[in-house]
Amino acid sequence: MKHSLFTLLFSFFVLTVSGQQVEKSTFGVFALVNAKVETVTSGTIENATVVIQNGLIASVGKNVSIPAGAQIIDCKGLTIYPGMIDGGTHLGLQEIGSISVTQDYDELGELTPEMDALTAVNPNSVLIPVTRVSGVTMVIAKPSGGLFPGTAALINLHGYTPEQMFGGFKAMVINYPSSGRRSRWDRRTDEEVKKEGEKAVKKLNDTWARVKSYAEIDSATQGNAEYNPELAALVPVLNGDMKAFVEVNKESDILSALRWIKKNKIKAVLTGVAEGWRVADSIAASGIPVITGPVLSTPTRDSDRYDQAYKNAGVMLKAGVKVALRTDETENVRNLPFNAGFAATYGMGKEEALKAVTIIPAEIFGVADQVGSIESGKKANIFVSDGDPFEPATQIKYLFIDGWNVPLESRQTLLYEEFLNRAPGVKQQPLPGKS
Amino acid sequence: MKHYFQNHIFILACFFVHPAMSQPPVGDIIIRNGTVLTITKGTLADTDILVQDGKIKSIGKDIKAIKGVKEVDAHGKFVMPGIVDAHSHIGIDAVNEATHPVTPEVKVGDAIDPFDISIYRALAGGVTTSHAMHGSANAIGGQCQTMKHRYGEMDPISFVFEDAPRTVKFALGENPIRVHGEGRGVQPRTRMGVERVIRDAFEQGLIYKEKWNKYNADKLKNSQAVPPVYNERYQTMADILDGKVIIQCHSYRADEILMLLKVLNDYGVKKITFQHVNEGFKVAPELAAFGAMASVFSDWWAYKFEVYYSTAYNATILTRNGVVTSINSDSGELIRHLFHEAAKTQRYGDLSDDEALSLITINPARQLGIDHKVGSIEVGKDADIAIYSHHPLSVYSVPQLTIVDGIIRFDIENDPADMRVYIDPEEESPTYYGNEETEGCMRDTGILDVHRH
Repeated sequence: MKHSLFTLLFSFFVLTVSGQQVEKSTFGVFALVNAKVETVTSGTIENATVVIQNGLIASVGKNVSIPAGAQIIDCKGLTIYPGMIDGGTHLGLQEIGSISVTQDYDELGELTPEMDALTAVNPNSVLIPVTRVSGVTMVIAKPSGGLFPGTAALINLHGYTPEQMFGGFKAMVINYPSSGRRSRWDRRTDEEVKKEGEKAVKKLNDTWARVKSYAEIDSATQGNAEYNPELAALVPVLNGDMKAFVEVNKESDILSALRWIKKNKIKAVLTGVAEGWRVADSIAASGIPVITGPVLSTPTRDSDRYDQAYKNAGVMLKAGVKVALRTDETENVRNLPFNAGFAATYGMGKEEALKAVTIIPAEIFGVADQVGSIESGKKANIFVSDGDPFEPATQIKYLFIDGWNVPLESRQTLLYEEFLNRAPGVKQQPLPGKS
Repeated sequence: MKHYFQNHIFILACFFVHPAMSQPPVGDIIIRNGTVLTITKGTLADTDILVQDGKIKSIGKDIKAIKGVKEVDAHGKFVMPGIVDAHSHIGIDAVNEATHPVTPEVKVGDAIDPFDISIYRALAGGVTTSHAMHGSANAIGGQCQTMKHRYGEMDPISFVFEDAPRTVKFALGENPIRVHGEGRGVQPRTRMGVERVIRDAFEQGLIYKEKWNKYNADKLKNSQAVPPVYNERYQTMADILDGKVIIQCHSYRADEILMLLKVLNDYGVKKITFQHVNEGFKVAPELAAFGAMASVFSDWWAYKFEVYYSTAYNATILTRNGVVTSINSDSGELIRHLFHEAAKTQRYGDLSDDEALSLITINPARQLGIDHKVGSIEVGKDADIAIYSHHPLSVYSVPQLTIVDGIIRFDIENDPADMRVYIDPEEESPTYYGNEETEGCMRDTGILDVHRH
């Protein structure tokens, strides 16, 4: 009996320890007191309290009553920010860059709009804790490749199932055909580049014509059109029930995409938009919002100013475009605050750059009533830092996602703890072979 | 910029008058009232720096003006040594000679590209010296080139860092395995094979050296003695054995790092800097005991399996264990903001400002054997200086002015949009390239999905 109890305890120990990557999060009532609060939507409040209850921000302000039994966290000298939102990543859809069997964002085929990125989000990705400890609490997980790679999903960086993580917004990704080179190492001739671009535009228009007729037949037959998952997936975009993320970067392609969106009356968001600065007025006139980034990237042409990519977001903002930021990253989505910092430095300003990673993406995704600022009634997606989160030296002190108090642990912090003073250290005897 | 072009024209004139001129172009300048981050000798408030003939002549208060010498007002700004990037691939035409697992006979410096716009972009981030490396396709790759960013010069030779020690690329792990074992069906296919390939090359170097030693002894007694056939590959291996070439070894995993340390112990080779070395933190005590150095990324990981168990705290752990550590770019994008990459060590660890800035100045200079010339602001050193609007570890810092050998090579006040030196006359409109990463360790190998490293 003693033995079996030992075995039971032992296996319990093994399961709980080796099964989890990081400490468990805790749920409850929290009162963050003596804090500076950057609400984003209604200014800065000094010496304020934020109460978190039932997963929501229950109250914010200077004179807030603290519920009995609340866990009190003293935030003296610290600042509370809304969790940052990355407008475009492969987080959750890729574990290791060079190993294709761990990449789930690019299905075979040009036309795969029925693919749903949320399906393939791996809640247990080691990359997720590494990301969220930087204060990034939500990201767009997007499919890519081909003309219609599928739907992207907004996810919370916390939870054990894709449904628990889902942030309440999906969008159809459309890779608008590019008339440019993919990179410096794109070896196609000018003619090939041009031809392939034209072919892709034709394919896009042909597909759209097919979607229209499919929708007409479906409506005329009371929903009995012949089974066609590709076309059926695009009908909500055609009808304006689903937004489209139109990925486009080159100047002439942006103008062409704007015309295409207008002609087809699509509810669109432009993504990428690396050369948006060249046509900022046209984008502003269209009223279409933009998710741009990475900010930390090279200019698209050798003739461009060295800092053009840093300035792009600011130029568009000043022209009147609604601009959110993205890293377009996977393992280093944690650099979102630094991308925002560079955008701030090169024209956006701190305040607008902070909005571009909080309330603006929330508005673009139609979830601004739930996230993107510190307001009572919103989801408790917040982080607490000892300073400006765009500054590298700043430390994140607390993190809450959906009201869960998430430990600031990841495999990278655990390795730091284990190896800073490794034990055993170096052997005293010389290495083998040393004479 | 006017000054820049005047200088430029003058230099070109010299070049045409004296085509054999090998001296680098140098200048005089006085930098006034900056906050000087010397790196090795603390931070000096409101301090002047006098530069003459491309060298730092004096550092102090109220340095006397010299007639005809340009003055720069750095009041309220931060003056630091020009950044040294210990691992890049900019300014060279070819990266990988991926035809054999052992190619130390090739030199990337044979094909310097003075027109690469990446050099100007690096200058615009305060980087004055870079180490253009052969790629990581081969277990023993080619010789690398330490370069000064004298952008605007036309002669490739002008970019060579004078008297910098020779360096050679080694590479362990996935890349040589993929290129040769998997791609070409020759050793190495495993990390065992990588060790054997390297040991064989050292043995060949020893045999070659022995033949020449024998010949050199024989010819004193016998005028008919026949010299061995000259072989650049084995001669370079012999030079590595003789400590004339610093090994710069692409590596990731702790086990393969230990393997190479053992091999080097066996052959008595001491000079080595491990590059990338994502798992260096796991064997930091061994690296420190050997005297090996480490040049790492600030935060890159998970782009391949061998960097899955990485941590952004790597630079901090290595530094705290006594390993001379630098942060490098390996990228035409990252090289533009190495000051920001160094700053990340203050998020991922607790390095002081000087320790963080050492990672991109004096430490990489040590790793390249050029620390007596660059990497800090000290009298007698080359006047390679970068000036920033704010403290360079702040995300709000903007590079203002970059000086190489006393000559202004980047000035934000005189910075037209198009800084290309060479424009293809047949180009109709500037080519759109997209913003994909364009530089990397695996360029020219045909293996695209590890294009970054």
